Amino acid sequence: MNTITKAQIKGLQLEPNKAIDMKEIFFHLLFLSSAMVGVLSVCTIGWFVFNEGLPAISEAGVVEFITGKEWLPPALYGILPMIVASIISTTGAVIIGVPIAILTAVFLAEIAPKWLADIVRPAVELLAGIPSVVYGFFGLVIIVPAIETLFNIPAGNTILAGIIVLAIMILPTVITISETSIRALPPIYKEGALALGASHIYSVCKVLIPAAKSGILTAVALGVARAIGETMAIIMVMGNAPAMPGSLLEPARTLTANIAMEMSYATGVHASALYATGIVLLAFIVLLNGSLLYLNRKRAY
Amino acid sequence: MKKVIGLLTAVGLLTAPLANAETVTVSGSTSVAHVMEVLAENYQNKAQKSVEVQSTGSSAGIRAAKEGTSMLGMSSRNIKDNELNSEIKEVVIARDGIAAAVNKANPVKDLTQQQISKIYRGEITNWSEVSGEARPIVVVTRENGSGTRGAFEEIMDLQRTVNGHKVTAITPTAQVGNGNGMIKTIVANNPYAIGYISLGSVDDSLQALSVNGVAASDENIAAGDYHIARPFILLVNNKPHPSAQSFVDFIMSNDGQSIIAEQGYIRVQ
Repeated sequence: MNTITKAQIKGLQLEPNKAIDMKEIFFHLLFLSSAMVGVLSVCTIGWFVFNEGLPAISEAGVVEFITGKEWLPPALYGILPMIVASIISTTGAVIIGVPIAILTAVFLAEIAPKWLADIVRPAVELLAGIPSVVYGFFGLVIIVPAIETLFNIPAGNTILAGIIVLAIMILPTVITISETSIRALPPIYKEGALALGASHIYSVCKVLIPAAKSGILTAVALGVARAIGETMAIIMVMGNAPAMPGSLLEPARTLTANIAMEMSYATGVHASALYATGIVLLAFIVLLNGSLLYLNRKRAY
Repeated sequence: MKKVIGLLTAVGLLTAPLANAETVTVSGSTSVAHVMEVLAENYQNKAQKSVEVQSTGSSAGIRAAKEGTSMLGMSSRNIKDNELNSEIKEVVIARDGIAAAVNKANPVKDLTQQQISKIYRGEITNWSEVSGEARPIVVVTRENGSGTRGAFEEIMDLQRTVNGHKVTAITPTAQVGNGNGMIKTIVANNPYAIGYISLGSVDDSLQALSVNGVAASDENIAAGDYHIARPFILLVNNKPHPSAQSFVDFIMSNDGQSIIAEQGYIRVQ
């Protein structure tokens, strides 16, 4: 008798719960499936690139493919010059772009009067919205001739032109994220430094920037990813010669440019070699993100 | 869905043997095959007759036409006398011309075919060697696999053999631009550059060089005087199959020639 009543009461209590459960499950699944879109895309792209690229690597040999200096399809597939060009152009862009970007971020977050920050910040944000083909055209018409005159060389389509264009292109990414991470610091850091008698600039350099380190490193990593993945602007200003570059004032072809330029005509092993170039590029990005995770393993705050 | 596919397959199997007798078979040059496929598609839509295009290379195309394994042969090079016999005749359906172009400020207006070839091989590196200013030459080329680059390499003898593969002999330090437009922009902005583009895209922004003293023009190509050009030849049997003859008639008609011009080649009619 007792048990029946209990069950009846239980049943009465469970009824509304059941409806809520369905909703809960539905939203759980909705969130889960949204999260899976990104993961699935990465997996599909990875599978696709490896599937298409491996035949070329197995035909040319991993070592010959990565260390070969001559790109002569369909006979020789060596992408070392392109790996070198990608690394140099990205490193150069980081060396020029990152200091400028971090200083701008500090200026916007700490130093600039409000009216000036209101001019600089929209300008930087606008820079992020400019399509890369416009950057390329700007480089081709302004930077390339400037390099020709400045260094008195016959052609300004050089690695240097690529570095300058890339440095400008990574500015908005690095500035925006660095500024946000500096602003996100608790005011106590700055107040403490000032209370101890540190000057404003001293507290920015010795307290705020180190405290925002993880955010700034993330900004730099995203900037590097943007630089290494940039294609259109680079094709337009870097000359794309597949030879090993001897100096910054020589043309070179990056990994991305190699894929984009030849994909439309390539067939068979040649096409596969271009996908294999994509594998190398993917490996670079994985290395980059891996080292970021390593550097950020201890959060600054 | 499966039923529809099955039905289509059945219909296809039934009609295939009937259509076969009427199918025009064309084989040969890969360059001609590009434009031939477009022509074939238009002809199929218009005349409801099927055309089968195979790209096997010029030499194979000439042989196929001679032996009768395909109704029509395609060649993108001039045919040697010993390759012909009395049963087949040549029909030039289009011409493909390439202009070597320099900046308008460049005083050099005329080069020999050999000089251009040497510039692209990287053997001539300064304009002073070809009676220009004492400035280095900026060599600009198209990307690997482009039809224009293929034709240019073939005509200018810019090919070499590595590991049994035919590869480019163009210097690897040459700048590479993708597309005629890119080459035009580079050459138009650099007074020391030389590039090559298909003749149809030459405009006021740059100057097309005369080669061996002959200006790059449609007329000179048609007359056979300008050498960085090649004919697109169709090899037709003297007593052609009626369906093959009507396809050739379509190519030589105004419609067919317009398609050829749209694809960037020079019409012959």
